Amino acid sequence: MKYIKFLVIGILFGIVMTKSEAISWYRIQEMFRFQSFHMYGIIGSALAIGILLVQLIKIKGLKTYQGETIELKDKNFSISRYLFGGIIFGFGWALSGACPGPMYTLIGNGFSVFIVVILSALLGTYVYGLLRGRLPH
Amino acid sequence: MIEFLRQPWSWYISGPLIALIMFLLLWVGGNFGVSSTLRSICTLSGAGKNCKFFDFNWKSQRWNLVFVLGGVVGGYLASTVLQNPEPLTINNNTIEDLASIGIGFNGNIAPAELFSWNSLLTLKGFLVLIVGGFLVGFGARWAGGCTSGHAISGLSNLQLPSLIAVIGFFIGGLVMTFLIFPLIF
Repeated sequence: MKYIKFLVIGILFGIVMTKSEAISWYRIQEMFRFQSFHMYGIIGSALAIGILLVQLIKIKGLKTYQGETIELKDKNFSISRYLFGGIIFGFGWALSGACPGPMYTLIGNGFSVFIVVILSALLGTYVYGLLRGRLPH
Repeated sequence: MIEFLRQPWSWYISGPLIALIMFLLLWVGGNFGVSSTLRSICTLSGAGKNCKFFDFNWKSQRWNLVFVLGGVVGGYLASTVLQNPEPLTINNNTIEDLASIGIGFNGNIAPAELFSWNSLLTLKGFLVLIVGGFLVGFGARWAGGCTSGHAISGLSNLQLPSLIAVIGFFIGGLVMTFLIFPLIF
């Protein structure tokens, strides 16, 4: 039962991703070609509200509904891992038109072939795990 | 009401809702980062036996797997009960640019000729689906997060590493779109 709340938030996520058309390969192409404000509007407004909410958590010391501290960890600084990893991710994002969230949501939209895309993303994750020691971080 | 919800949702509704989702996840003791589920699935499939990176307690991440399962269900509901009766509209310049590299547009959310089981056996379908998926998985883990983890969660928390990652996402996306697409399509 304790997982029901995550299921409900996930359902909301899937609905928002679909209704906002952020799962659309075409919308991602519009974004990378700078031909529509739509995706920038989504990410930008999410960020504006997100910054406010995170500040609220920090300044007011908001807790989880169970009274636990909300952990907002700082990420370790590096340039190479974020830049190189990010570029590889960007290649895949433009190709498939989907980042991991939309990959799941697209399956629900009836694009069952995205099961293969996710299997491939799992393989990518696994190969990263194997090569991790040899990559700059 | 249902008619209203069936229309496409504008960016100024969707964006704040995504921020709300991030907040709700924090409030119930999780966090917003979808690509972590890929690592968890590798681990529960046994990848921890021969690779230390996957040797962690995936059960602590079970909530995130439930969250993405919800993402699948939400996608189903949005495309059935809340289905938009109108075809997708995108910028005409995008339609023309894609037509010039041989990718048609008919109002679907994705090009059917690329996103079908049959296309897996074509070179273009293989690149888009298999190579695209692989690079997303590899890149997200190397960068330590994807669009949700860095562009939304990380930037909301004013993390410089996330800004570098997002700049990387765009360098990769632009190079793919403008330099590599003309070669493969």
